[in-house]
Amino acid sequence: MMTLSLSKDTIQVLKEQDVVFLKNRIKETAVKIKMGLVNQTRLLTAASELVRNMMRYADGGVCIIEVVSSGRVNGVRLTFSDRGPGIPDIQAAMRDGFSTGKSLGLGLPGTKRLVNEFDIKSKVGQGTVVTILKWANG
Amino acid sequence: MSQKANQLLKNKKKNILELWMKNQLADEGLREDLISNDELRSQSEELINALVTNLSGENFTNLDADEWSPVIEILGGIAITRARQGFSPRETGNFVFSLKEAILEVLQQEITGDQSNLYTESQKINRLMDSLSVVTFETFIKGREEVILRQTDEITEISTPVIRVWDGILALPIIGTLDSARTQIVMENLLQEIVETGSSIAILDISGVPAVDSLVAQHLIKTVSATRLMGAECIISGIRPEIAQTVVHLGIDLSNIITKASLASALAYSFRVMRLEVKKISTVSKP
Repeated sequence: MMTLSLSKDTIQVLKEQDVVFLKNRIKETAVKIKMGLVNQTRLLTAASELVRNMMRYADGGVCIIEVVSSGRVNGVRLTFSDRGPGIPDIQAAMRDGFSTGKSLGLGLPGTKRLVNEFDIKSKVGQGTVVTILKWANG
Repeated sequence: MSQKANQLLKNKKKNILELWMKNQLADEGLREDLISNDELRSQSEELINALVTNLSGENFTNLDADEWSPVIEILGGIAITRARQGFSPRETGNFVFSLKEAILEVLQQEITGDQSNLYTESQKINRLMDSLSVVTFETFIKGREEVILRQTDEITEISTPVIRVWDGILALPIIGTLDSARTQIVMENLLQEIVETGSSIAILDISGVPAVDSLVAQHLIKTVSATRLMGAECIISGIRPEIAQTVVHLGIDLSNIITKASLASALAYSFRVMRLEVKKISTVSKP
């Protein structure tokens, strides 16, 4: 089924204050498409992980919030892109417990488990783009 | 600026002030509720005095020159007070712009017959006043930012209270996102309070935390470990159903920590641990 993008919103994340603003916008978008509370929390937590990574390793970046539709169901697609150092070994980064920065190492693999679609592209020295999608009732 | 115009401004200081005050008082946006007319007048007079005293030919457009620092200081002071008093940017800007209008008007009255001279002098005044407006705005925004920063500090301070719910039991409701800085404050307050009260149980209530991601969980785990090192037990309460599911999906292991769904059940658990009992007193009076 084709996935259509219905609306698009780009938000710059550079400071700690922008993070709260971004989360509020994501929540608003999720509420608008009538996403359930559990899925909202999953999406927000996933977004929180990714935006934290972006702030921590790349000093910020850009997040695109999209409402997407595939036939009858709607969903929220988030694209986080930064111009940070990139991830040398994505396979390792996607493993539970792997971290280069003394954290629990659950951010990326955990995020993948929280959402319906997950895609990561990274080039060392150029940056990382992570796209996640959560359907309203998926 | 030519000596002539320079001198002219000095001589016509009174005129300019009067004109400026007239402009300001006639403005629709005059905020008599925020500033009295007398105060406005004294502010204006102070600024114009500094401006005229520091007018010298060479440094007219170079605001970095030392002579300008008193003017900038006064202007900055006015802008910051206005930011705190709640003036809008437009109102603050008009304060400087109306001075420009007044000076230009006086110039026009005085330099008659010499159009090219009038033009060059007006240009100079324009440039000067524009740079002064930029300074005003910079300070105004800085003043506003200070207000915001102070509020942020206040929020962090009020949002991490440690409550003695019972002798030996502390409760710490956490509201909002738990970041590194907050965790540090929470941990410090909690550990300090444990020492001071000699409490053996601490309840961290996260009902007000919107989402628990891996970093928040890590912070919670750290706080619990630190509390245990102090010889106290730490219970995490207020875990909502959606939070529980998210934590499981993320793969965070909280099984080593005592967790409860509500503060009430955490308190009940604490009572059991401390061998306390809450009883309903029977209302039947003894014969």
